[in-house]
Amino acid sequence: MSLRKNALRIKRKSVIPGFGITMGFSLLYISLLVLIPISMIFLNTSHMGLKSFWEVVYTERVLASLKLSFGTSFLAAIVNVFFGVLMAWVLVRYSFPGRRLIDGLIDLPFALPTAVAGITLTTLYAENGWIGKLFVPLGLKISYTPLGITLALIFISFPFVVRTIQPVLESIDLEAEEAAACLGATRFQTFYKIIIPELLPAIITGFALAFARALGEYGSVVFIAGNMPMKTEIAPLLIRTKLEQYDFAGATALAAVMLIISFIMILFINLTQWWASNRDEG
Amino acid sequence: MAISTNYKRANKGSEFVRVALISIAVIFFVLILVIPLLSVFIKAFGEGVGLYFASISDPIALKAVKLTLITVIISVLFNTVFGLAVAWAVAKFRFKGKNLLITLIDLPFAVSPIVAGLIFVLLFSTTHGIFAPVLNALNLKIIFAPPGIIIATLFVTLPFVARELIPLMEAQGTTEEEAALTLGASGWKTFLYVTLPNIKWALIYGVMLTTARAAGEFGAVSVVSGHIRGLTNTLPLQVEILYNEYKFTAAFAVASLLTVIAIINLIVKSVSDWKIRK
Repeated sequence: MSLRKNALRIKRKSVIPGFGITMGFSLLYISLLVLIPISMIFLNTSHMGLKSFWEVVYTERVLASLKLSFGTSFLAAIVNVFFGVLMAWVLVRYSFPGRRLIDGLIDLPFALPTAVAGITLTTLYAENGWIGKLFVPLGLKISYTPLGITLALIFISFPFVVRTIQPVLESIDLEAEEAAACLGATRFQTFYKIIIPELLPAIITGFALAFARALGEYGSVVFIAGNMPMKTEIAPLLIRTKLEQYDFAGATALAAVMLIISFIMILFINLTQWWASNRDEG
Repeated sequence: MAISTNYKRANKGSEFVRVALISIAVIFFVLILVIPLLSVFIKAFGEGVGLYFASISDPIALKAVKLTLITVIISVLFNTVFGLAVAWAVAKFRFKGKNLLITLIDLPFAVSPIVAGLIFVLLFSTTHGIFAPVLNALNLKIIFAPPGIIIATLFVTLPFVARELIPLMEAQGTTEEEAALTLGASGWKTFLYVTLPNIKWALIYGVMLTTARAAGEFGAVSVVSGHIRGLTNTLPLQVEILYNEYKFTAAFAVASLLTVIAIINLIVKSVSDWKIRK
């Protein structure tokens, strides 16, 4: 009887007090502030019916904004995987003057308000800006083009890749690399065949985190994007525009699409983590 | 001798690769992070210290500071209490559905800030919100008013204290608390004198991060604020208004205040990481 009772219990027995009150408060707080508000999106979309939902979402302008958001976020995440692995490698494996300063400043995009990042990058990369000026002779415009959007997204999502890879790289055992070298592998072969597979779950997680963050980003992008419909209008901005035109149904439908994408990304990240921990045990 | 050179090669690789990789990393770091950071201050002081202080002591800027402060204080208070409670429940007990709960805590971070603003418009807008009849009957305004800004900021900053505390408290386990309780301490005393000193630095960083993100939140707040000058403007919104009016120096002056908060945040993080590792 007591065994059955134990199996049915959600929580294991413990001498530590306070589970009921902390858990109860936490669930109430999350429900009021997160679950109920987010469910509003789906509640409002379900009122629309599938046909009108489709009509709102399947328009040229919405599709163009989703394509732009996906394209620039994907590109930014790929660039960040490359530089993120490189930066993590340099920070973990080498010591050089200024290493600690770089390590401390990596999180700057995470702490800096997105609006500040937005106006700063736009000013720097505009045609008369310090860096943008250098690209004018090459005929390359950065601010107010998809290139500028990608750049802002690289900035804001950079810490995620570095900070996911860094701890894994720190924990890698050097013995496997030494064995590979003793068996005659070149340094590149060792990196490619030993280190990269070890880092793969972290790379995928970092990529997914950066991609998800970039997809939803608004503040840094609105300034640099130029916000031309069909050309440089990202999906979050289009939600905002629709809302300002009192097109609540349109805004909500597009928000539902973005939310479902967020959920898929969360699921994907959790599955990658689960795969990684199972792989390590097995 | 041959073995020792081989060993060195295995661990370090060639000197050329080392220098090349460090150079690429440093160039990328300077281009992407250092130049933008410095340019905020250079632009802010570009037209002299006088204009800088005039910009940040402008009455409308000061009202934005006030609203930002109120938002920060409320967000930090609520989300610290929540973070401590949820970290206690998650880290000190074993129960079913723990991973789902952790995912829910992270959810506000995964949602686009624009969507975060929109959900509260759908709840509290006096024209389209689900609570519109109640709000109109009571003559209450949440959207396009400070309460909306505070609620949206609470949502956006919900994960940060919890995310700092949970991994640390899980790693620390429950043995110290169990010892205190066995020796007759009450639950509250155990928390105050055993748990709290152990998590002090993670808590301080969590609070600092919540402060920085609450002060700097832009997307969600801009959806619910309505941009009413001197009434519903926070500092980031003030930056946007000044920038769009081509008052670049003033925009960067206000932005520099937020950048200082971000830099303090990074310093606190470094100190906290160092203290926790020790």
